[in-house]
Amino acid sequence: MTAETNDDRPAHPRRAFLNLRKPLVGAATLAGGLALYRSVHAAGDDTIKIALIGCGGRGTGATNQALSTSGPVKLVAMADAFDDRLQKSLTTLKRLQGERVDVPKERQFVGFDAYQRALAADPDLVILTTPPGFRPIHFEAAVKAGKHVFMEKPVAVDAAGVRSVLASAEEAKKRNLAVGVGFERRHRLNYLEAMKRIHDGAIGDVVYMRVYWNSDGVGWKERDPDDNEMTYQMRNWYYFNWLCGDHIVEQHVHLMDVANWVKGTHPVEANGLGGRQVKTGVEFGQNFDHHFVEFRYDDGVRLISQCRHIPGCWVSCSEHIVGTLGTCSIGEAGGAKIEGANPWQHNGRNDPNPYQVEHDVLFASIRSGQPINEAASGAISTMTSIFGRMATYSGQLLDWDKALNSPVRLAPADQQYSFDAEPPVLPDKAGAYPVAIPGVTEVI
Amino acid sequence: MRPYTEVIANTTVHFDLVPIPGGKFSMGSPADEPGHRADESPRHEVEVAPFWMGKHEVTWDEFDTWSFALDAKRRKAFKVAPSDLEAKADAVTRPTLPYREMSFDMGKVGCPAICMTQLAAKTYCQWLSEKTGRYYRLPTEAEWEFACRAGSDAAYSFGNDASQIDDFAWHRGNSQDRYHPVGQKKPNSFGLYDMHGNVAEWTLDAFTAAGYGQPAGVAVNPVALPNSVYPQTVRGGSWIDPVDRLRSAARLGSDRSWKRRDPQLPQSIWYFTDAPFVGFRIVRPLTEPPEAEKARLFDAGNEE
Repeated sequence: MTAETNDDRPAHPRRAFLNLRKPLVGAATLAGGLALYRSVHAAGDDTIKIALIGCGGRGTGATNQALSTSGPVKLVAMADAFDDRLQKSLTTLKRLQGERVDVPKERQFVGFDAYQRALAADPDLVILTTPPGFRPIHFEAAVKAGKHVFMEKPVAVDAAGVRSVLASAEEAKKRNLAVGVGFERRHRLNYLEAMKRIHDGAIGDVVYMRVYWNSDGVGWKERDPDDNEMTYQMRNWYYFNWLCGDHIVEQHVHLMDVANWVKGTHPVEANGLGGRQVKTGVEFGQNFDHHFVEFRYDDGVRLISQCRHIPGCWVSCSEHIVGTLGTCSIGEAGGAKIEGANPWQHNGRNDPNPYQVEHDVLFASIRSGQPINEAASGAISTMTSIFGRMATYSGQLLDWDKALNSPVRLAPADQQYSFDAEPPVLPDKAGAYPVAIPGVTEVI
Repeated sequence: MRPYTEVIANTTVHFDLVPIPGGKFSMGSPADEPGHRADESPRHEVEVAPFWMGKHEVTWDEFDTWSFALDAKRRKAFKVAPSDLEAKADAVTRPTLPYREMSFDMGKVGCPAICMTQLAAKTYCQWLSEKTGRYYRLPTEAEWEFACRAGSDAAYSFGNDASQIDDFAWHRGNSQDRYHPVGQKKPNSFGLYDMHGNVAEWTLDAFTAAGYGQPAGVAVNPVALPNSVYPQTVRGGSWIDPVDRLRSAARLGSDRSWKRRDPQLPQSIWYFTDAPFVGFRIVRPLTEPPEAEKARLFDAGNEE
C-alpha cells in the first residue's frame, strides 16, 4: 500500500479561488454535487450548512475558518461531550460570525452520541475535531450519512482505526464526498514551494531525512474531585492512548506527513527508543515524554524522528531533507531554505494563513463539484506515527504490513461510550495508569 | 545606584541590571530626521525618574523559568522547600502551555524570549517581583527612549551615521533572518545592549498613530496607559526591520494580526504566534510606587 501523493491538491492555494462561484447546477452532474444540490434545494440557495462535532479550541478555530470561506455558509448544529465546551465555543463563534451561526438550543447536542444527532440535523458538511480516538467512528458515520467532511489530524490512534478510515475514505470517494484533513502544512506556501523544488530535483536524490518536534510539552487538566473516571479521562484526553495516541501521534504526525510527502510513500520498517523520564506524574496518564524513531523506506532511505515533551531542553520543530545535491530545511516560523547546488530561501512571514487556506480549498472543491479527498493520505501518515509509537512502546524492529494489520485496539470493539461506562484503561491504587514497557509491551 | 546582578532563586539563571539616572530629554524625533514618521511627533520635553534597566533583553532562560515553572521543578527535584518569597511567586499566574514551540528554531539559550503578549511580559515582571522581593515592570515609552538615547539627541544612540549600525544592532540587513543571542554587539553609553534591533521591546504605553498630542511644558514620568489591547507600543525595531525602524524615536503598534496563525479559538492571551520579532526588557524604578500605582500600570489594556 502506498500513500497518496498530493496530486489532488492545488499546487498553489490561490488556485482554489477560481471556481468559487461556479453555479451549482453545473456541479450537480456529479454525485457529490447531487448530494449538495439535494440538500441546498430545500433551502433554495447554495448555502453550505455545517455541523461542528468537537467544540474545543481547534474545533472552534476550524469552524471560524469554514465560516470565513467564500460563498454562503452557515453553522447549523454543534455537538460535544460536554455542554460547557459547547457553550464557550458557541459564544465565541457568535461573536465572530454573527448570523452565520444559527444553532438554537434544539440543535445543540451533548454527550457521546451527540455526533449522531448532529449528523441528523441535515448539515452538508461536518467538522470532526474531537479527540482523535473517536475520529474513525465519526468519519464512518459522516460518510454513511453522505456528508462532506473536514477532520483534524490525526485521524486515528490505532491500526484498527486507520483501517476503518481507509475503508471510509474509499466509500467517500465513491460517493464523491469532499474530505479535508488538518495537515495544514500541505497548504503552507513554504512547504508547497520547498516540496516543488525537492520533487523537481533541487537537492538531488534524497539520502536521509531528520524531523524534530521537541518542545516543552502541552497542557493538562487537573482532576476535578467530582469527576468520575470516564469524565476525567475525557477532560484530560491528551494523556490517554485510546483518546490521543500519545504526542508522537497527536502532534508529531505533522512531520511524518511531511516526510511521506517528500517520499510519496510510507516507511516499511521502524525501530525506536522512548520513555517517560520527567513527566512521570499521574496527570500525564500513559504518555511517554520522548520518542526517537528510525524509519526505513522501501528504497533504503531513513527518516530520523525525534519528539520530546520536556520543559527546559533543546527545542526544535523542523524538517531537514538531505539530498545528494543539497539540504532542504523547513522550520516553523514559515521559512524554508535549500543549501547546496541550488540555493533557495523563502521567508514565509506574510504567507496566507494555512488554517484558512485548507478550508478555502475544501469548500471551493465542494462548490466546483470536484471534491478533494485527503482521507487516505491522512490515514497513511497517521499510521506512520502509530508505527513509530509501536516501535518506541515495544522496543522491537517492526514491519509496516504487520503493524497496519495489527488486531490490537486501544479501545475494545465493544467499548461502551457513555459517562457511566468504564474507560479502556483504569488507574491503579496509587492513581497511576498503565505505561508501555519496552521489551514487555506487545503492540502488534 | 549601582549595577547589580539578579539571581533567580533555585535556578542557575541570573541577569544584570544597570542604573539609568533620571533626567530630561527630548522625546520623539524632528520631522527632518531620515525615516521620521508622524507618530514620533511632536518632539517634546520629558523628564523621567531614575531606574534600573535590564542590561539585555529578557532571555528564554529567564522567561521559561516562569512560563514552564522550571524553578518549582528544580525545587521538587532537589527537595528544596520554597522560601516565603517563592511561595508568593508560585501564586502568580503562569501561562497556559503553547501547543507549538515558540522560539521557531532560532535557538533558546542566551537568546531573547519572543512571541509573548504584553500581558505575558507584564505577568512575568509580576512573578519576578514576587520571586526577588524587588519591584520590576515594563518600561514606559519615555523611560525606554531615554534609556535608548543614553544622552544622544541623534537618530541613534551612537549618532546620525547609520552606516555604523552593524556595530550596534541586528537588523534585516545583517540578521540572516533570525534573532541572535543577546549582548553580541556594542552597548550604548549607559551599558545597555541591543536597544536598537535584535527584538523589539514591549513598553507599557498605548500606541498613538497621531503622535504625542500637544504636551504642555515638561512631561514628568509620562505614560499613555492603553484602554484597549490594540495597539500597544513596542520599541527599538528588530531583526526583520530595515535600519531606520531601529531609530531611538521609532515606534510600532501591536496588531491583531500578530496572532493570525494561532489555530485555537479563543486565541491565547499569552502568545503572539506571528510576532517572532517582539520581546521585552525589564526596569526597576528607584522609588518603588505604592501598590495602587502598581495595579494601575498592570491592569491597563490587558487581553481577556
